[in-house]
Amino acid sequence: MSAAGAGRRLRPDLSVIAAMIPSGTRVLDLGCGEGELLDFLVHEKSVDGRGIELSQEGVNACVSRGLPVIQGDVDTDLEAYPDEAFDVVILSQTLPAVRHPREVLRELLRIGKRTIVSFPNVGALKRRLHFLLEGRIPAGPAFAWFDTPYIRPCTIRDFIRLCEDEGFVIERRLTLDRQGRVVPLGRHRRLANLFGENAVFVLTRAR
Amino acid sequence: MASEISRPGRADEPEKGGEQKPFRTLKLGTREPLRLDCGVPFGPFEVAYETYGELNEAKSNAILVCHALSGDQYVLQPPPEVSSRPGWWEIMVGPGKPLDTTRYFILCANVLGGCMGSEGPASINPATGKPYGLSFPVITVRDMVRSQALLLDALGIEELFCVTGGSMGGMQALEWAVCYPERVFAAVPIASAARHSAQNIAFHEVGRQAIMADPDWHGGDYLIHGTRPVRGLAVARMAAHITYLSEPSLHRKFGRQLQDRTTYSFAFDADFQVESYLRHQGITFTDRFDANSYLYITRAMDYFDLAAEHGDSLVEALRRTRARWCVFSFTGDWLYPTSGNREIVRALNAVAANVSFAEIESDKGHDAFLLDEPELHKILTGFLNGAARHRGFRSP
Repeated sequence: MSAAGAGRRLRPDLSVIAAMIPSGTRVLDLGCGEGELLDFLVHEKSVDGRGIELSQEGVNACVSRGLPVIQGDVDTDLEAYPDEAFDVVILSQTLPAVRHPREVLRELLRIGKRTIVSFPNVGALKRRLHFLLEGRIPAGPAFAWFDTPYIRPCTIRDFIRLCEDEGFVIERRLTLDRQGRVVPLGRHRRLANLFGENAVFVLTRAR
Repeated sequence: MASEISRPGRADEPEKGGEQKPFRTLKLGTREPLRLDCGVPFGPFEVAYETYGELNEAKSNAILVCHALSGDQYVLQPPPEVSSRPGWWEIMVGPGKPLDTTRYFILCANVLGGCMGSEGPASINPATGKPYGLSFPVITVRDMVRSQALLLDALGIEELFCVTGGSMGGMQALEWAVCYPERVFAAVPIASAARHSAQNIAFHEVGRQAIMADPDWHGGDYLIHGTRPVRGLAVARMAAHITYLSEPSLHRKFGRQLQDRTTYSFAFDADFQVESYLRHQGITFTDRFDANSYLYITRAMDYFDLAAEHGDSLVEALRRTRARWCVFSFTGDWLYPTSGNREIVRALNAVAANVSFAEIESDKGHDAFLLDEPELHKILTGFLNGAARHRGFRSP
């Protein structure tokens, strides 16, 4: 462990993802923000990590800390990558922000041998109740309905349905609470959709 | 002395023949001539260079800085016998700067075809004993890079830790990574392009025509005639200088303000400040630059097309590169715009290269790479630190 990385603390939902990534693999983090996860993977797990980030501030922050990150749009900039260019492709908390989630997921499964997707589950009971009682659009804590980047909110059941329609293999599925800690809800979809506030999926292509 | 910038003493340098030269040079291509892209075997030839900082024992900490069209090897000090202008990249190179001379060995060579000590059209043609003029062979960016590779051989440097430069310097950095993949650990092209566009070529042609239309040019043999095409070269520089600036930066600097007057002259004096400024830029340029060199170097840039030799595929051109890349562009640069730099990045993605890309917010135009752009400096520092870690260098 490098001195710089000692005692590095990751956001709980990110450590769930980090734990799934084998050391020394080649990883692409899409919507990598300021590089929190990528930095951890590169320094703690000797990953050959790359990132794409939409905001220039995010990119500049990443490159300033020595991470190989480019400014780009997940919706349009994946086609340049060759098939299976990465061992793992990560789309962390970014799925609801893309314009064409289905096409993006197809691209992810093409360029990565394994794809990890995490997103907030709009189907969670708390969010359902909030909408029912408040009658207002769930837009995330920092946003209002008119400026939220989350333009395609989805639920765990929606996502599973899409995977089935597309023939994506769900290798693993985890449900997390609001803080990003794993909640053991078993294989039950409706239960997961009701009580999991966040979801992490590991996908591969059908063989 | 590790933190001292080494200033090679020119006087105490043993030069063959005992004659004192104002430039620090090496004679290259002595064993066999360099085969230029135009087909001509060339050499032996002189390459002038400067170095800053110290080469480590493993000779692994060298950063090659490639200069732009009108640049030279004087990154960090004024050139000899020229005005007291500072080195052209003092903002970027030096102790504690992104290209940190306490950590890296910075090397910069005057390009082949240049006029600051490297073999160029103003040099003496050994076959005739007269200045080459237009008998100097047409060179390419790749020829420049090949000559730099010979320089590295002569200095015993196997691998560059990094090769970088802005504009034409960025083109050389690209060419380096393509031609010598095993010799480039990191490549940082700044405000550059993978090929010269029709617009780029068009602007250069205006400059060349201005030079060649000057009666003092004498078909390129002006040195023999004891003249210099000062007016033509000045006009070429004026036209080019406009392309280095952005509309907002010109407006901010000059607007429509008049120069030393309150009313129009109703004649063709430099009424406007911007005219006066351009005339000054043009004339001062002629003090330090050779007109034929201007023709040759602009030609080299026009011929630059990284993909051409690879079936017009930039992806194929970059496939064999092994460098860690950091590509920079500036929002206000319309000469080598972000779109062209992004093309390079996309092609690098297509070969799954290790690439960073940052577009710097600046409305200063193409020249931003030479100016105080803290964001550029911060990001480049971070990139080099990351690359240094991977190269196994100890943190400073």
